[in-house]
Amino acid sequence: MLRPLIVIRRTPTIDFMAWHKIGFAFSAFLTTASVVLFLTLGLNYGIDFVGGTLIEVRSTTGPANLADMRQKLDALHIGEASLQGFGPPTDVLIRLPRQPGGDAAQEKAVALARKALGAGVEYRRVEVVGPSVGSELIRAGVIATVLALFAIAVYIWFRFEWQFGVGGMISTLHDVLTTVGLFALLRLEFDLTTLAAILTVAGYSVNDTVVIYDRVREAMRKYRTMSLSDLINLALNETLSRTILTVSTVALAVLSLLFLGGPVLRGFSIAMLWGVVIGTYSSLFIAAPVLYYVRPNRAVIARSGEPAAGAPSRAR
Amino acid sequence: MLYFANWKVTLICAVCALGVLLSLPNLFSPAFLAKLPEAVPHKQVSLGLDLRGGSYLLLEVDVAAAQRDRLNAIIDNVRNALRNANIGYTGLEVQGTAITFKLRDMGTIDNAREALRKIDPDLTVTIAADGTGTVAFSAVATEARRRQAVDQSIEIIRRRIDETGIKEPQIQREGQDRILVQLPGVDDPEHVKSLLGRTAKLTFQLVDTGTSVEEARAGHLPAGDEILPAAERNGSRVGPDAYVVRRRVMVGGDTLVDAQPTFQNNEPVVSFRFDAVGARRFGDATRENVGKPFAIVLDNKVISAPIIREAILGGSGIISGSFTVQSASDLALLLRAGALPAPITILEERTVGPDLGADSIHAGALASIVGVALVVVFMVLFYGLFGIFADIALFFNLCLMLGALSLLGATLTLPGIAGIALTMGMAVDANVLIYERIREELRGGRTMLSSLEAGFKRAFGTILDSHVTTLVAGALMFWLGSGPVKGFAVTLSIGVLTSLFSAILVTRLLIVTWVRQWKPKAIPI
Repeated sequence: MLRPLIVIRRTPTIDFMAWHKIGFAFSAFLTTASVVLFLTLGLNYGIDFVGGTLIEVRSTTGPANLADMRQKLDALHIGEASLQGFGPPTDVLIRLPRQPGGDAAQEKAVALARKALGAGVEYRRVEVVGPSVGSELIRAGVIATVLALFAIAVYIWFRFEWQFGVGGMISTLHDVLTTVGLFALLRLEFDLTTLAAILTVAGYSVNDTVVIYDRVREAMRKYRTMSLSDLINLALNETLSRTILTVSTVALAVLSLLFLGGPVLRGFSIAMLWGVVIGTYSSLFIAAPVLYYVRPNRAVIARSGEPAAGAPSRAR
Repeated sequence: MLYFANWKVTLICAVCALGVLLSLPNLFSPAFLAKLPEAVPHKQVSLGLDLRGGSYLLLEVDVAAAQRDRLNAIIDNVRNALRNANIGYTGLEVQGTAITFKLRDMGTIDNAREALRKIDPDLTVTIAADGTGTVAFSAVATEARRRQAVDQSIEIIRRRIDETGIKEPQIQREGQDRILVQLPGVDDPEHVKSLLGRTAKLTFQLVDTGTSVEEARAGHLPAGDEILPAAERNGSRVGPDAYVVRRRVMVGGDTLVDAQPTFQNNEPVVSFRFDAVGARRFGDATRENVGKPFAIVLDNKVISAPIIREAILGGSGIISGSFTVQSASDLALLLRAGALPAPITILEERTVGPDLGADSIHAGALASIVGVALVVVFMVLFYGLFGIFADIALFFNLCLMLGALSLLGATLTLPGIAGIALTMGMAVDANVLIYERIREELRGGRTMLSSLEAGFKRAFGTILDSHVTTLVAGALMFWLGSGPVKGFAVTLSIGVLTSLFSAILVTRLLIVTWVRQWKPKAIPI
């Protein structure tokens, strides 16, 4: 019979609650820093959101000559073009700034650029987004994220008690804000797929939280006299191996996307990876300890539980 | 726990088999599938433009411009109606979305209202007590007009694209007045864009020979005339740069039944043919104006202004105007397809070359395979035999996902592939929850069977709760969705749903079968 090679034998007895103040302080710092970074440095928005042009070309005559291309593009007077290597030395990613004069002006700039670059390059990708679409997408993105946070909070409230909803929302908000902060700090391009990653992070990071809350609720019904702090510790320790194992499997999938999925998926993978890690941290050190402060009504929870869900009965 | 009703077993097996069957076509080439009998599933997951290469264009119909045109057309009717009823007015003009004017005599308000109502039942006429009046289209009529303009544009765009010979174009309405055009395999959309960007409204109008452009520009434009610029002709211009022409349209391009590029004196020209109505109008107009020039006007620019030598009664003619072979065939195409009811702007363009698409498929597939392989090994390391059960369930999950995507005709994008890899990592979460619970119950001193039972039962609620939140995020993304992100939302949501089935039911069936067949004394967990 095939036995597992690695087994976590005992339930750990880590005193998470002893650490929660440090966790709060650390998270307060992270979140504040993220908000400050977002407000000062701002995000490096991709063309999805601000409009503009992105052209990925591959030189068909050996390694690309960036200086030459830059010169050709600068001569067009269509604003400052940014060029960067993208993957192999033959590939270049060209960004043209948003052109003044509405949607039609963007198209004109691309046509000019194509003409200037001439033969000797192959167009792998051309993306042109007019300013009107960009501003709509920003609005839709903000709305979707806010809605996601509320929907998650309402769902948890519906399934548990409102206090749990508050904890879930705080930790999810924390995950979303710090992911945005990371993108602001590292100047990573923030585009539509990044936004998709953030929404996924919001939905996924609350996974751990729900599993832990589930256990807290169960423990509340089981041990009616145990202190809230001990209860939370117990729930966290009992679910710890599961938390670590699931995060690991998702992290494995995300890591392979990050390293093998190609440059187009890089931003997405970084956001996902950060979100998965910070989401786990926040479930342990934010979502659970917050319960200690918002004080769920244990009498109501104990009453609502089915009596059969008591302590694991000894062998019958 | 040990009891699994026969019908349940059959159902689970049937769903798994169906998943495998529906996902299988994705392993073969379309050519091979075509040879198979009808009964075998053929549907493959369709690849998004970011994977197969192609152009994605988001267009906006300028509905406001169409409305302005319509008001401009109606302003003459308003003028005539007021004149015929002998009502004095000042300041008749189009302002925003309405025609405004001011009556000279307040006593004529009722008469004016009466006269103006007769023009068109869709018009709303309001005249205030001080004599200022507006004529505008009612909200219902405006809305109907908007819908009609967009529908008509879609139809015209479809015809224009079909004429170019592009295969499998997808043209659909997006939101209120936008049109999404997807052109697989097109890696340089410049030509298509130039075709779509032109309204192609063709009219034949008489040139007013009684005045000159200079005089008209100096402010002596005769009533009923307009100044139109000449069209650009390959950079060099022959003849005047503008014409004074009669506003009244002799014949419009809507009466054309055919247009073809051809040659005349070794020069590319476009030949055209009118329908019966157009032919008669053109015949009458040319007969009455022999010896005078008429302007061939395309999108408010004069292509050429030949002199009518004799009445043209045959219903066909030729447009010359220093065309190149390409511009002649483009014009013929545009005339055949018809004019757009309103100008179109391109809001967004995303073009992916076939190489990048192939690279993306390659990278996405590699990342997914490695990711899934890592998860599979991980599960065996941590759960042994039960890990293998989870892996088998994972395999069926993948099949069900691909099968569902194929069946729904969903489009797989690069973020969509990422979604598949991600859900594979997330799907085993349910297994982990169940197995960890079983371990706990065993540690709590339960027997093997009751631990299994309790593990599945207790973990279920948790699994459901934790999956719903991901589904919420998926639904929001779909709603927010633009192409690639929508693809991600679809695979993520479908993956979460199928994983509920596979991780809970399939794993459970596998474990039950194992317990029954091998009658183990302990659980290897």
